[in-house]
Amino acid sequence: MEKILRVGCGAGFSGDRLDAAEPVVDALVAAGGPAVLIFETLAERTLALAQLARRVDADTGFEPLLDELLAPVLGKCLANGVRVVSNFGAANPMAAAKLIHRMAAAQGLRRPRVAVVLGDDLLAEGISLPTPETAMHGLVSANAYLGAEAIADALRAGADIVVCGRVADPSLVLGPALAHFGWSLTDWDRLAGATMAGHLLECGAQVSGGYYADPGFKDVPDMAHIGYPIAEIHADGSCVIGKPAGSGGRIDEHSVKEQLLYELHDPGAYVTPDVVADITSARVTELGPDRVRLSGVRGHARPATLKVHLCHQNGWLAEGEISYAGARAEARARLAADILRERLAGLGTLRVDLIGVMSVLADDGGRTLHSVQPGSARDVRLRVALNHEQRESAQRLTREVTALYTCGPAGGGGVRTNLRPRLGLHSVAVARERVRARHVFVEA
Amino acid sequence: MLTVPLYRIAHGRTGDKGDRSNISVIAWRPEFWPALVEQVNEAVVTELFATRRPITVQRYLLPHLHAVNVVLDGILDGGVTSALNLDSHGKSLCFLLLDLPVRVPEEWAPLLIGPDDTPAASANDRIPFHDAGRNG
Repeated sequence: MEKILRVGCGAGFSGDRLDAAEPVVDALVAAGGPAVLIFETLAERTLALAQLARRVDADTGFEPLLDELLAPVLGKCLANGVRVVSNFGAANPMAAAKLIHRMAAAQGLRRPRVAVVLGDDLLAEGISLPTPETAMHGLVSANAYLGAEAIADALRAGADIVVCGRVADPSLVLGPALAHFGWSLTDWDRLAGATMAGHLLECGAQVSGGYYADPGFKDVPDMAHIGYPIAEIHADGSCVIGKPAGSGGRIDEHSVKEQLLYELHDPGAYVTPDVVADITSARVTELGPDRVRLSGVRGHARPATLKVHLCHQNGWLAEGEISYAGARAEARARLAADILRERLAGLGTLRVDLIGVMSVLADDGGRTLHSVQPGSARDVRLRVALNHEQRESAQRLTREVTALYTCGPAGGGGVRTNLRPRLGLHSVAVARERVRARHVFVEA
Repeated sequence: MLTVPLYRIAHGRTGDKGDRSNISVIAWRPEFWPALVEQVNEAVVTELFATRRPITVQRYLLPHLHAVNVVLDGILDGGVTSALNLDSHGKSLCFLLLDLPVRVPEEWAPLLIGPDDTPAASANDRIPFHDAGRNG
């Protein structure tokens, strides 16, 4: 058995660059040896949006850009034994698997062995839940975060492509590592090491210079062609993070540390369905240009429960914006805000942003903005937003902002409004024995 | 001693889960790490983010990584599912923390990262929380 498993990342979220995967696959093929390509495309709310899409059209509900993401690399992966593991199945992994078969046929490729991981969709499985009453109203989806085991089983059974719905993001990497190295499911340190490799990969370019650059302080070369990461996973669970030769971006001690701590709370207890990872003794070491080792990750026994996300319909978000420029722009924007506060009184919290003065760092309640002394900013975009249970009430905001054209302060221009439904999110825990994670092969 | 913005000795990024935000603060050099331990503490962070009313502020130290992880609960107005903020994830919040004034020995001057771009008198000066740590 080859000592190293290479896992490359082709996407870090739904909406990521569509041309990122091909250089990664080329690098995996050039390196030779066992290799896997992952796409992580399923954020917290993405699955609920997919579930809503599936209700409208039973053949949808998977990653909308699946074709664009996978088509450019499918032939190369199948021809070179680069296996694909992804959560792009979202709310309908069976339909995604069938699309992959159609893609392969359309390109004249050999018929791929496509496995689907099932068991995460607890509504489809008919599993009752300890659901908070607030989440029951308009419940859209209830999905358990599955672990790496079913992915590993599918790969061991010979899958070229493993299509998942909701699995823990790092499990997309741990699954292939389990299948490759044959680790015991209680080999906590190794499981934790590969889990943190997955954590470093799961956001794509965020470990290789994306979400990092800060000119003059943190310079990153050629961000227009940033290279997506490849982890070389070793038999001891440690990994080396790199990227395709000649690609843009930067992988160094600092970019890796930032991603290691991203969305992490207690560094001694990063909880996944597979293991509780502990990075308090971990080391990050630069081995060379764009090559960084992560070692010393420890693991503790996995939790007895799985996290379940419940998504429910949660009213409407209304937003409106208008710009003021030149002399007294800030004063005119503040006057416009006062007019809207009066016109929309009684509809609940109205958030006010003075973009160019104070916006994203401020709280919804207006305390931060209130603490800012009025000044003389000369280019200000007023933004207002509110949530409301009823569409018609939320829509009053968009109408009032539009009416500022004729009823508001002088020189107001560039109104944009937006009205859209919101999804609420609750987490509950269920005993892992109640969830039946499994894989099935899907024919064309 | 010199007073410089935190971003001249450390870098970091924000992550979110629900209504909870974590901000990593990572020393640019191992010798800067004790200044983070001393000065990027829970009391300072709580004050800096006061208008966003965190329920709890907890700091974790990572001595091997020369990093601090600050976890702020309840500062995202409900997070991506209900916040009215344009940046409902709070991705920009690390730059509020990285503005924190810190005191460093004068001999660190040649080691500090980036140019001295501290605004002498700018629009930011009317934003009180930019001054929150400056006197402290």
